[in-house]
Amino acid sequence: MNTELTDEEREKFNLLLMKAVDGELSGSEEIEFRRFTDTHEMCMSEWKKFGKLKEVVMNIDFKDPPEEIWDSYWGDVYNRLERGIGWILLSIGCVILFTYGSFKAIESVIDDPTIGLIVKGGIITLLAGIFVLFVSTAREKLFMRKRDKYRGIRR
Amino acid sequence: MENREAIAKCQSGDKEAFGILVEKYMKRAYFTALALLGSHEDALDLSQEAFVRAFKAIARYDGRYEFFTWFYRILRNLCLNYIRNGRRRSAILSDYQGDLYAVERPDPSVLAERSELREIVWKGLSDLEPDVKEIIILKDIQGLSYSETALVLDCPIGTVMSRLFNARKALKEKLERYL
Repeated sequence: MNTELTDEEREKFNLLLMKAVDGELSGSEEIEFRRFTDTHEMCMSEWKKFGKLKEVVMNIDFKDPPEEIWDSYWGDVYNRLERGIGWILLSIGCVILFTYGSFKAIESVIDDPTIGLIVKGGIITLLAGIFVLFVSTAREKLFMRKRDKYRGIRR
Repeated sequence: MENREAIAKCQSGDKEAFGILVEKYMKRAYFTALALLGSHEDALDLSQEAFVRAFKAIARYDGRYEFFTWFYRILRNLCLNYIRNGRRRSAILSDYQGDLYAVERPDPSVLAERSELREIVWKGLSDLEPDVKEIIILKDIQGLSYSETALVLDCPIGTVMSRLFNARKALKEKLERYL
């Protein structure tokens, strides 16, 4: 029996080995595979080890959770869907109220003759800055990430 | 109701129709996530989250693949990101707390039958990198064919076979003593 394979033979054998382990060899592939295992000890040894490995992995069986988990599963998914909508409505409501409140605050600041021009300018600039930051962050989360062509690529 | 009919209703916004798909695939989703994550709570959480995301994205499902093949990609990305973020958190925390913070350990209580060999195999499998472990899970635990695995992973069959060889080789090296 030979023990050395060339790189090309090795690669060929590895692919046949996987098919053999998974019972997916065609007729001609089986003949070729047998030729490897009959003439190379190492190939026979690998075949036995990988076969055993597949057998032990296939025997991994997971415990079924209690029936209540399955009974409530769809309900839990439904709740998540509803709550997602709830959070969106809450956020929109907050945005509307904040915008209205800011508008009213700016209006009262501008109309108040006792507040100096510098203070009025500072408050307006501050609120404008918060608004721009909010819009920019929201735009990134809602639109840019969805259009990121590299989103699915794992680095 | 057939999948196609249920999906068409979902695409019109019918949440109840989505329930049919959830109940049909929930166990498969849960056990796939369990094999990837090793924890009952995480598997339950992420499989349900995957269904939520699938419903939100259902308008983009064009029927080219079987529903679970399409859904699996959502589930898979969630699980792999979760594992990656968990390891990042563990690495950061261990910098502050030394080795007090353990990297996630596979929970052997999720196994239906516990024996020394099964627990060793389960641990060996859990120690593999997620994308390495994944192909063994799909092929040997879920029992998918090469072509089904290639569809799910969106790669050629040849790539599936070579990844499978490398994954099994890595696992074999961990379990050499017991084979």
